[in-house]
Formats: sequence, C-alpha cells, structure tokens
Amino acid sequence: MREELIVAGFGGQGVMFTGTLLAQAAMLEGKFVTFFPAYGAEVRGGTANASVIISDEEIGSPLVSAPDTLIILNQPSLDRFHRKLKKEGQLVVNSTLVQPEALKNIVQGVSQVPASEIAEQLGNIRVANMVALGTYLKIKPVVKLSSVNEALATLLTGKKAGLQEINKKAIKAGYEFSK
Amino acid sequence: MKKLMKGNEALGEGAIKAGCAAYFGYPITPQNELTEYMSKRMLEEKRVFLQSESELAAINMVLGASAAGVKAMTSSSSPGISLKQEGLSYMAGCELPALIVNVQRGGPGLGNIAGSQADYFQATKGGGHGDYHLIVLAPSSVQEMFEMPAQAFALAEKYRNPVMILADGVVGQILEPMEEVKVDSTYHGDRSWVLDGCQGRAPRKIRSLLMEEGALEEHNIKLQKKYKVIKEQEQRCQKQNTEKADIILVAYGTSARVCYSAMLAARKKGLSVGLLRPLTLWPFPVKAIAELTGTAKAFLTVEMSAGQMVEDVKLAVNGRKPVHFYGRAGGGMPTEEEILKEIEKI
Repeated sequence: MREELIVAGFGGQGVMFTGTLLAQAAMLEGKFVTFFPAYGAEVRGGTANASVIISDEEIGSPLVSAPDTLIILNQPSLDRFHRKLKKEGQLVVNSTLVQPEALKNIVQGVSQVPASEIAEQLGNIRVANMVALGTYLKIKPVVKLSSVNEALATLLTGKKAGLQEINKKAIKAGYEFSK
Repeated sequence: MKKLMKGNEALGEGAIKAGCAAYFGYPITPQNELTEYMSKRMLEEKRVFLQSESELAAINMVLGASAAGVKAMTSSSSPGISLKQEGLSYMAGCELPALIVNVQRGGPGLGNIAGSQADYFQATKGGGHGDYHLIVLAPSSVQEMFEMPAQAFALAEKYRNPVMILADGVVGQILEPMEEVKVDSTYHGDRSWVLDGCQGRAPRKIRSLLMEEGALEEHNIKLQKKYKVIKEQEQRCQKQNTEKADIILVAYGTSARVCYSAMLAARKKGLSVGLLRPLTLWPFPVKAIAELTGTAKAFLTVEMSAGQMVEDVKLAVNGRKPVHFYGRAGGGMPTEEEILKEIEKI
C-alpha cells in the first residue's frame, strides 16, 4: 500500500491539521508516513497545502508531484492542483466553496461533499476539513476511523481537548455522507 | 514508542537530550521551529535560552559559553550562517567545541525559503577566513535530526572543534515518526583548557591572535595535524546496494531521500544502481568512494545545488571512473523521475 496525498485550502481551514492528523493515525497503525507542509508565505486567508505519504515501505522523497488523492477545500486550491492528480486519482472536494462548472473537465473520480455546510450544521464551520477527511476515508480507507479518533486524542490536548468531540462528529458526518 | 515529530523540533529535543546547556539564536525560516522549540524546552529544563539581537551576537555568545566549558549551540539558515562565519573562524582558531546548525535555504543573497544544499562549499571548505575545517554532519530524516546533535557534541568535544549539522529546509520541515532513543550526554575529552575561574591555579588563555614570531604557523601545524586525524578516523557514510552496482548515486540529506526512491525505481527496471550517502561531509567519505571505483562503472552525484559536493566525489574517484552530476539550484528539488532519466542516460 502506498498513498500520496495533497490537502489544500485557505490558511485557517485546517489544512496542516488534517495532514498531521492523518500522519499521526498512520503512525499509530505502524505505517511509514511523511508529512511535508508548504511553509511559504502562507497566512490566514492565503492558500495552504501539505503533502502526506503513507506506505508499508520506507519512504524516500517526501514530496508529492503526482498525488493519488487531492483533498480540496476551496476553489483556488482546485485550480492550482487538479492537473497534478494521477489519471486514476481521486478528488475529494468541498463543494460548498467550489463552483460546479470548475469540475466539469476533470476526468478522475470526483467526490463532492458540502463540507463547510455540514460543518456549519454541526455548529462549527472550522471542522469542514474533518468532514472532507471523513468522506476521503470512506472512499479510501488508508487508515481506520478508530486510529484517527485515537490520533485526535493525541493531538488535541490541554485547552484543545474539548474540541475532540466536534472533530469526531465531523469526520463521522463526512464518512456517512459518502454512501 | 514512536512519536510524530517535525525535523526542526526533533533536532532541538536531540540537542537537549545530548546535554546542551545553552542555546543562542536569532529567528529565520526555515529553522524557526527549532528556535521556538528551544525557547520553551530550555526554560522547562532550567537551561539557557537567549534570543540574541543578531546572528553575530549569537555565535559570539556560543564562543563565550564554550570557552567557559558549557555545551552550547546556535542555529540559523543560510543567510544567517553567512553572518556567523567570522565567529566560526575564531572558534576554529581557538579550538572551541560547539554545535552550529544550518537548515539550508535557497541562495545566493536572501534567496528564498525553500530547502537547498548550496552551502556545501561554505560548510566544508572553511567558510570564514584562515586554514580551518568544521566537522560537518548531514541528516536526512527526522530520526537523524534527533540523533545527530549528540554525535556532533561528542565529536566537537573529542577534537575541540566546532561541528556543523548541515540540514535543509525539507528535512527541517517534514514530520515523520521517530524513536526517542537514548543518546550520549556526557562531556567528551579533557577540560584542562576551560576558563572556569583561576582561583588556586595559573590563569589560562584562549585566543586566536598569535603575534609572536612563528607562533601562528606552529598553531596551524597543530590544527592540520588534528584535521588529519579526523580525516583518517571519522569518515562516515551509509551504503545501500553499492556492492557490485554499476552506477553509484552519491547524495546527502534530502537529495539522498529522492535518490533512494530513484534507486528502487531503477532496480525495478533491472538497472544495477546503488546509493552512497555521506553522513559526514567533512571529513568526506573518500575511502568508501575510492573502494567502489573498483566495481562501479560510473558515479552520479545529485544535489540541490549547481554542483558542489560533486567536486569532492571527483577527488575521491580520482579519474578512475566517470562522475556525472545532476542538480537543481535556487530551492529547486530533483525529482525521482529526473534522477531516473539521468541514470538511464549513463
């Protein structure tokens, strides 16, 4: 098993957290994993992206040039990354923030989830990233949901411990959305 | 138990576990997480953390701490490391042990903040003025970012010489699982030179200004003798599939990771390719490379630079086999596919 993934969105949408969470879950399952954040002039409101590689074997280069999966949280990220996706790749897109016509020329598998909308209904728009992650994990179970929940408990501690529940709910909602 | 850690932070924790008692630094991307990590952890450990007013101040604080016998370090990225060169030359002249970390970014000038390996010449050939060498270590994983500070301090103290860890933006920024293995935190070597107060003994002097007739030449002869011993005893590298391989890739740090992927891809295609990864850039693993000139048909050096380490590979191969080069400068990064193409050209 080898999965190469890029997560991209606005700064503040939790792109880095999504990637880190996935990496943490993969590590808990004993897999090899690398997380490489784009660390340019990314600021809240600008674009942010991160590359994650999960593998059963040792990972050389941590860079992802042709991802198996793209998790796209906003329109500018789709424009920037969709051409890099592998032919047989999978696109998970936050359809609340992406125009439907932008997807019409994409030949790869597209899974649209209104992540921001679902997150808002759950009471916290900031967990849209987790909704998209849930949808992704339904389509491609690269790690178990239980590992992701365990990873949440590791990453959200102290003052942030109270956020574990809403994140879990969001992941579940995204997972169940993708039937 | 494994822990997911960022390269820069793993280096900080590794230095703390190695007994680093004082950190001096000034912020710069892509090594900021290291400075930030130390600002928190060094205080927790009740050790010294100081954000200096400049890079020059930081390196000279390291010089002072080291002269007082304290395990001290500083870190920066390329432009900041250029500013520290005067202090490094003085420390090499004074034979002071310390750890200097360079998380390289694109140059020349202020350049950019992407990962790069264009400071190889500066790190291994002197950098500052005078006939001197730093010992230079090159990590390529978060695990090595954690383990190398202890090795660096041990070498620094054993030889009374500043040691540089030459990392790059990529290995500094990635997160990977790593094991917090036990590292050596003892002080190596004698301390008969340390300036720790001369009550009840004759005063000691540490200086790099030697004006007496012949004194500086004599000092240089002594330094060169030391460098010769280091060259003989401390060459380190990792070899993968190099035995009987036709083509040997030579790369360090992040480039070596890309080469590892390219090597596996090439071997899948039936090509006989191995990888030699220097762990010490100075002393350069001349012996290991020279040994392979018997069996290898060609060498391919890959760097995130316009071609620097390739000169040392050529010196080690000494004309016995062709040495090729592939590199990307200015923060560009070679890809697995590009390296594979270069291999197939040979």
